[in-house]
Amino acid sequence: MIPLGHYLVVSAILFAIGTAGVFLRRNLITILLSIEIMLNAVNLTFVAFGRAQGNVDGQIITFFVMTVAAAEAAVGLAIVIALFRHRESLNPDAFTSLKW
Amino acid sequence: MIALIPLFPLLGFAINASMGRRLPKAVSGGLASLVMVASFVVSVMVVWQIADLAPTQRVIEQTLYTWITSGDFKIDLTLRVDPLASVMILVITGIGSLIHIYSTAYMHEEVDREFARYFSYLNLFAFFMLVLVLGASFLVLFVGWEGVGLCSYLLIGFWFEKRSAADAGKKAFVVNRIGDYAFILGTLLLFVRFGTLDFQRIASATAPLAPESMFGTLSVATLLLFIGATGKSAQIPLYVWLPDAMEGPTPVSALIHAATMVTAGVYMIGRNAVLFSHAPETMMVVATIGAATALFAGTIGLVQNDIKRVLAYSTVSQLGYMFLAMGVGAFGAGIFHLYTHAFFKACLFLGSGAVIHALHGEQDVRNMGGLKAALPTTYWTFLIASLAIAGVPGLAGFFSKDEILFETFAHGHTILWTIGILTSLLTATYMFRLVFLTFHGTRRHDAPAPQHPEEEEPTAHGAPSHTAASDAPSHDSHVAPSHHLHDAPAAMAFALVVLAIGSVFAGYIGIPGALGGHNALGSWLEPSFTARSVTTLADAQVAEPGEASGTGEAGGEVNSGVELPLMLVSSVVAIAGIALAAFIWLKRREIADKAAATFPGLYRLLLNKYYVDEIYDATVVQPIRIVSQEGLWRGIDVNIIDGAVNGTASIVDGSSSLLRRLQSGSVRTYAGSLFIGVVLILGYYLWR
Repeated sequence: MIPLGHYLVVSAILFAIGTAGVFLRRNLITILLSIEIMLNAVNLTFVAFGRAQGNVDGQIITFFVMTVAAAEAAVGLAIVIALFRHRESLNPDAFTSLKW
Repeated sequence: MIALIPLFPLLGFAINASMGRRLPKAVSGGLASLVMVASFVVSVMVVWQIADLAPTQRVIEQTLYTWITSGDFKIDLTLRVDPLASVMILVITGIGSLIHIYSTAYMHEEVDREFARYFSYLNLFAFFMLVLVLGASFLVLFVGWEGVGLCSYLLIGFWFEKRSAADAGKKAFVVNRIGDYAFILGTLLLFVRFGTLDFQRIASATAPLAPESMFGTLSVATLLLFIGATGKSAQIPLYVWLPDAMEGPTPVSALIHAATMVTAGVYMIGRNAVLFSHAPETMMVVATIGAATALFAGTIGLVQNDIKRVLAYSTVSQLGYMFLAMGVGAFGAGIFHLYTHAFFKACLFLGSGAVIHALHGEQDVRNMGGLKAALPTTYWTFLIASLAIAGVPGLAGFFSKDEILFETFAHGHTILWTIGILTSLLTATYMFRLVFLTFHGTRRHDAPAPQHPEEEEPTAHGAPSHTAASDAPSHDSHVAPSHHLHDAPAAMAFALVVLAIGSVFAGYIGIPGALGGHNALGSWLEPSFTARSVTTLADAQVAEPGEASGTGEAGGEVNSGVELPLMLVSSVVAIAGIALAAFIWLKRREIADKAAATFPGLYRLLLNKYYVDEIYDATVVQPIRIVSQEGLWRGIDVNIIDGAVNGTASIVDGSSSLLRRLQSGSVRTYAGSLFIGVVLILGYYLWR
């Protein structure tokens, strides 16, 4: 039986990797992937807590998160494509017109 | 019944104001005159009614409705006729009717709409004036007091296209407001002191008190009321509006600025005789101001060249007499003079109006002369009224003026009496200067009007008025050949003749005891000036005979030995004044010019009315203007008030121009700050 702490550590590492990806990468698609990693890190904690407590609540929430994440990925990719058509670039720093 | 007296003019006003522009002149003028005559008839009936009552019971009241109720405080809209009010309503409606009739002829050159506007104002004025004298409390009186001020403004500025007329109206209004402000303060003070504003209640509350030897509440309150009276009745220091008020149509000058409205201050003091006689300090001030004004205005009147302006200063001077009488406690004499003055001054003004009418707007006496033959009716009525105002024995002015002078002397004010006698000399002189310059000598009218240098034609605040008066819209419409002078038309002649008859006989109801009369007017008015009659209405049993002695005619029979010599003195003075005028302006015209040349400083001082307008301009108007402009406007308003508003805006503007740098548009920066924020919040909850 793997103790709860291990799951949480893995989850934290995954989340940190995802965050770093969001901040450091210069490609919108990679950033979207990094956000997926962060979401899945959170899913992992839900499932781990659910198992540790002996109920199914964590897994139910995880299903919700996965459906929302799917929708989010679809919308996100659509936006990225629209942006790419507009600016011929995937670098998020290129999109700073909405300022001041 | 009493309510009908003011309601008739109000009805006339309502009709002329709402439909007047569609009515022909005959209808609107006739209607306005008719309602005044109706009001006069009702007044006579009411006075008849109170004359039947016992002398102490001569009061009729009518409460129309409760005006204000607030806790214990209650003001009824009450009208009350007592002997004092009866004299006033007869003067207002009687002389008012005559002047309305006169106006129908005088204003006939106006277009229909203006004609109706004129008569609606005139009716409105009569309404407010009647409310003023019939009101039974300070508050009702104040309604009339303000109303007549408004009508005065409207009528002075009747020809408002003319700049000087509009200015004169504003000046009258503003100066009156200064007095009214003091009047309100005085009223409030009395309310605080007595808890009521009803004249009778205040009088009966005051009567048992001892006269204030020190300067107390009553003195302050009466002084404030008197300041109000100086504004309305054109006394020093607030008389300056009255001469300028001559910009209005001449009948208006006769009605408002000679016969009725300007006497409101005198009436108000008479109405509160009990109150004022309990404040000897105030009485002294009233008498002194009155005498000073009489002399001061008389000297100015001596050198003015505008026929109406001379009459205006004469009015100021005669009002000074009335206040002198009030101030020495001779309330009956003051009201008597008010009543006789209304006749002869209205007659003089209407006569001058007839002259101006005949000469198509010429008002400068230097361009008149020799009109005696051309305008016989005007001449004779004007002459009779001048004799009356000069105080020639047997005419109205003699009895009333003499009674004032006698009372002044009898009350021990020898200096004031001397001033009064001197003024009476001046009165006779300037009035007959006017008569001789206007009606006698050679006709100078056809000569082209000389272009007077600016300093020779002093007007208020640079208003170019009198040589330009022929531009008045009423008079340039028909330009008849000037050698064909027409005398007053029938309606004008009627008013002139009636008033001239009044100027002769009006005095005979007040013949003093020394001449074998019994001063019917004095004893008629007597109950109004004592608290005794006052208590009768509230409590008919309290009428104690001993209470009457405090005020009223103190002299009476006791001093009649002095009265005859005094009468002789004033008659001699009056005749001397006329003779002096005759000598200078009939025989030796060059004397006047020589005198003016010998004392150029004095002459200019008088011609420019002691530079009072200029002094007021420098000491009051300009400082207020500078303080308002530089201090209140450019200082407080622009810097502090606008500064606060604009400052708030610029603080928001400045701080947001810094804060908006945060919105960089870079999504990653937003995400970074979001992340850092979440970490900080979580960290706070984890480690606290």
